[in-house]
Amino acid sequence: MRLSKVLRAGAVVAAASLALAACGGGSDGDSGAAEPSVNQEAEFEAGTTMAQLNEAGTVTVGTKFDQPLFGLKGLDGEMEGFDVEIAKIIAGKLGISPDQITWEETPSATREEVIEQGKVDFVVATYTMNEERAQRVSFAGPYYQAGQDLMVKKDNTEITGPDSLKQTNARVCSVTGSTPSEEILKYVDKEQLVLFDVYSKCADALRNNQVDAVTTDNVILLGLVEESGGDFKLVDKPFTEEPYGIGIKKGDTKFCEFIHDTLREAAQSGDYEEAWKNTAGKVSENTPELPELGTCA
Amino acid sequence: MNVIIENFPLYVDGLLRTLQICAYGFVGSLVLGTILGAFRVSPVAPLRWVGTAWVTVFRNCPLTIVLFFCAFGLPEVGINGLYFWFGVTGLVLYTSAFVCEAVRSGINSVSPGQAEAARAVGLNFGQSLSSVIMPQAVRTVIPPLGSVIIAMIKNSAIVGAFGVGGDLFAVGQGLASAQGKAALPVLTGVALGYLVITIPGGLLLGILERKVAIAR
Amino acid sequence: MSTSILYDTPGPRSRRRTAIGSVVAGVAILAALALVVQQLAEQGQFDLELWSPWIDPTDEQFPAVWDLITEAAINTLTAAVLAMAFSLVIGTLLALSRITAAAWYRWIIVGVVELLRGIPVVIAIFFAARVLPQFGLDLPTLWYLVIGLTAYNSVIIAEIVRAGINSLPRGQREAAESLGLRRSQVLAQVLLPQAFRVMLPALISQLVVVLKDTSLGFIISYEETVNTAGIIIQNLRNPIQTYLIIAVLFIVVNYALSRLAVYIEYRLSRGKKSVSKKAEEATMSEAGTAGA
Repeated sequence: MRLSKVLRAGAVVAAASLALAACGGGSDGDSGAAEPSVNQEAEFEAGTTMAQLNEAGTVTVGTKFDQPLFGLKGLDGEMEGFDVEIAKIIAGKLGISPDQITWEETPSATREEVIEQGKVDFVVATYTMNEERAQRVSFAGPYYQAGQDLMVKKDNTEITGPDSLKQTNARVCSVTGSTPSEEILKYVDKEQLVLFDVYSKCADALRNNQVDAVTTDNVILLGLVEESGGDFKLVDKPFTEEPYGIGIKKGDTKFCEFIHDTLREAAQSGDYEEAWKNTAGKVSENTPELPELGTCA
Repeated sequence: MNVIIENFPLYVDGLLRTLQICAYGFVGSLVLGTILGAFRVSPVAPLRWVGTAWVTVFRNCPLTIVLFFCAFGLPEVGINGLYFWFGVTGLVLYTSAFVCEAVRSGINSVSPGQAEAARAVGLNFGQSLSSVIMPQAVRTVIPPLGSVIIAMIKNSAIVGAFGVGGDLFAVGQGLASAQGKAALPVLTGVALGYLVITIPGGLLLGILERKVAIAR
Repeated sequence: MSTSILYDTPGPRSRRRTAIGSVVAGVAILAALALVVQQLAEQGQFDLELWSPWIDPTDEQFPAVWDLITEAAINTLTAAVLAMAFSLVIGTLLALSRITAAAWYRWIIVGVVELLRGIPVVIAIFFAARVLPQFGLDLPTLWYLVIGLTAYNSVIIAEIVRAGINSLPRGQREAAESLGLRRSQVLAQVLLPQAFRVMLPALISQLVVVLKDTSLGFIISYEETVNTAGIIIQNLRNPIQTYLIIAVLFIVVNYALSRLAVYIEYRLSRGKKSVSKKAEEATMSEAGTAGA
C-alpha cells in the first residue's frame, strides 16, 4: 500500500512536470515578440565564461522586475522589455534558449553586489555605465543611450527643465541608490528630494500631488507617461547622458568582447531593431541605433 | 573602517534624523496609545469597539503596509503633507496599538480594591482613572512600555524607505548602493548608530524598572 | 468583565449619560468612516475594474493574481517557519548556556544577546544579504532572510525561555537536585519541559512578529507577499486595493494565531494559575512588542 502511494505521487509529479513543459512550449509559441535565434552549435574556448555557460545550458540574468518597457514581470511570470530582449539575444548566442534563462530581480541598489557575488552571470537592468561602478564591475556596451529627464503632470507649465526646479521649490521624486537621485542634487536641495525603492511609487506620488516632478532616464519616464493614460508628460529636456551597459564580473574581458560581437551582429541582422520595436518602440517614435561600443579593458 | 570616519558627518545627520523621527513617534504613540487604552476600558461601547478594532488591525499588520497606506492612502482621502509626517504618522498608528495593550494590562493589574475605594470616596470614572488607577498602573506599564518604545526606535529604520529618507538606515543604503562602498563597514556604522540609542535606552529602562518596582 | 471594577453598576442617570455618549461617539465614528469612503469614491477607488482582478473569479486576471499571491504566501510562510524553528533551537541553547555558563564567559553571551537585540531586524537582514556573501557564503535569498530573522528572534526567544525557566517554582529545581540529578539533567528533564508549556503562548505571539517581519524581505528582493504585491501593482495599477487585500490576509492569519495563543494560555492556566501568570508577566515585555 505504502509503495503504491509513493508511486502514485511520483506519477502525479511527472504528469505535472510534463504539463508544465507543455505550457512553457505553448506560451513561447504565441507570444508576440519574435524569439531570437538560438545558436545551437556555439563553441567556445575552454575556460571562458562563455564555455561554462554554454556547457551548463542555463544562465542567470539580473534585470528589473518593475520597469515598464525595459524589464517587467507579468502576472503570468513572463518577462518582457528591451533589457529582457537584449539578454535573450546574448543568451541565444551562447546556445541557451529563452526558457533556460533564470531571471533574478536586481533593483538599482543591489546590482554591483549580485555581480560581485556571482549570483547572476550578467545584468541588463537600465544600468548606467560610470566610473564608480566600473571600479567594482565591468561593463559591456553601451547598448542604448538614455538621458536623465523630468516628468510632470500634464497641466504643469512651471517646470521647464532642471534649472526651474529650485525657483519653483518643486519636490522631486527618484529612487534610492540610483544615478539620477545623485545627479539631481546638482539642481535641487536635499530637502526637495523624495526617495522611494521603485519608480512606480514616484508615479503614485505624482498622481497624488505629493511631488511635483519625477526624475530619471527619459525612457523609463516614457513608460510611466504611457501608463498614466495622458495624466503625465515628459519635460523632454534631457540633461545628462546615460549609456546603458551590461554589467559583468570585473575583468572578464573575453566575455565583454563576446557581448560586443553579439551586439554588433544583432544590430546588423536587425534583431536589435526588432527587440526595440517589440518593447520600448511601442511607445517611442524613434528607433535607436546601437551606440558606439566602449573598449573591453 | 575608513568609510565611517570619512562619512562621519553623514552618519551624525542620519542619527539626528532617526532621533527626530523617534521623538515625534514617542510622544505621539504615548498620547494616542493612552487614549486608546482608556477607550478600551471605557463604559461607552463604541469607544471600546474602536479600541479593540484598532489594536486588532495595527498589531497584526506589517509596519511596511501601514506605512504604505500612510504614504499613498492619506493623499487619496485628501490629506497632503510631507512624507516625513506621513512616516511619523504610520509609526505612531502602529506603535500606539502596542502602547494601548501595555496600558490596558497595566490598568488591569491594579487591584480591584483600589478602584472600589476610589469609587467609595465618590470619584467618577475619569477621576478614578486619572488620579488613582493610572498612577499605580504606570509601575506595571513601564517595563513593557519601555520594550515597545525600543522596538519603535528599531522600527523607525523602515520609515526611511517611504519617501522620508535621511535616517541612519537610509544613509547606510545610500553609501552601500549609490556610492558603492563596501557593505561591511558601512552597515557596521549603521548598526553602531542604532546601538548608541538602544543600549543606553535599555539601561535607562532597567534603572527605571528597579526604581518603580513594587516589592512582591 | 475586568473593566467593570472601574465604575459602579450604573444607575439610571449614568446609564442615560452612557447611552448618549455611545450615540454621539457612534455617530462621530460613522461620520469619519463615511467621509473616508466618500473621498475614496470620489477618487474612483471603488471602481470595479480596480477590484475585479481580486474579487471577481470571472476576471481574466483573477487566476494569475491569486496564483502569484498564493506562491508568495507560501514563500512568506516558509521563511517564517524556518526562522521560527531555527530561533527556537538557537534561542533555547543561548538561554541554557546563559544559565549554566561560568561567570567569565557569561558576559560574552549577554553581550551578543544585547547587541542583537539593539539592532533593527531590517538591518540584520540587509547585513546577512550583503556581508555574508563577501565571506563566501553564497545562498538563495530565502536563507539571508531566514538568517536575518533568526539572528534577531533567537535572542528574543532566549529571553522568553529564560523568563519561562525563572518563572518555575524554586522547589522544582531543588527537588530535582536533591534526587541527585546533574545540572544538565535538571534543566533538560525537569525545568525545560515545564517551561515550554508556560512559554507556549509567548512563543506563538512571537510567531506573529516573525510573520510580520518577513515582509522586510522586500529590502533584499525576496519574493514574499508584500514584494509580490508590488509586482501585481505594476501590472494592474491598483495599489490601494492590492495592499488592502494583503493587509486583510495578514490580519486574519495573525489574529487567528493570537487567538490560539490566548486559548492555549487559558487552557494552561486552569489549575496552574500562579505559574503561567508569572511567566506571562515575565514574558509580556518581550513577546509581541518588537518587530515590524
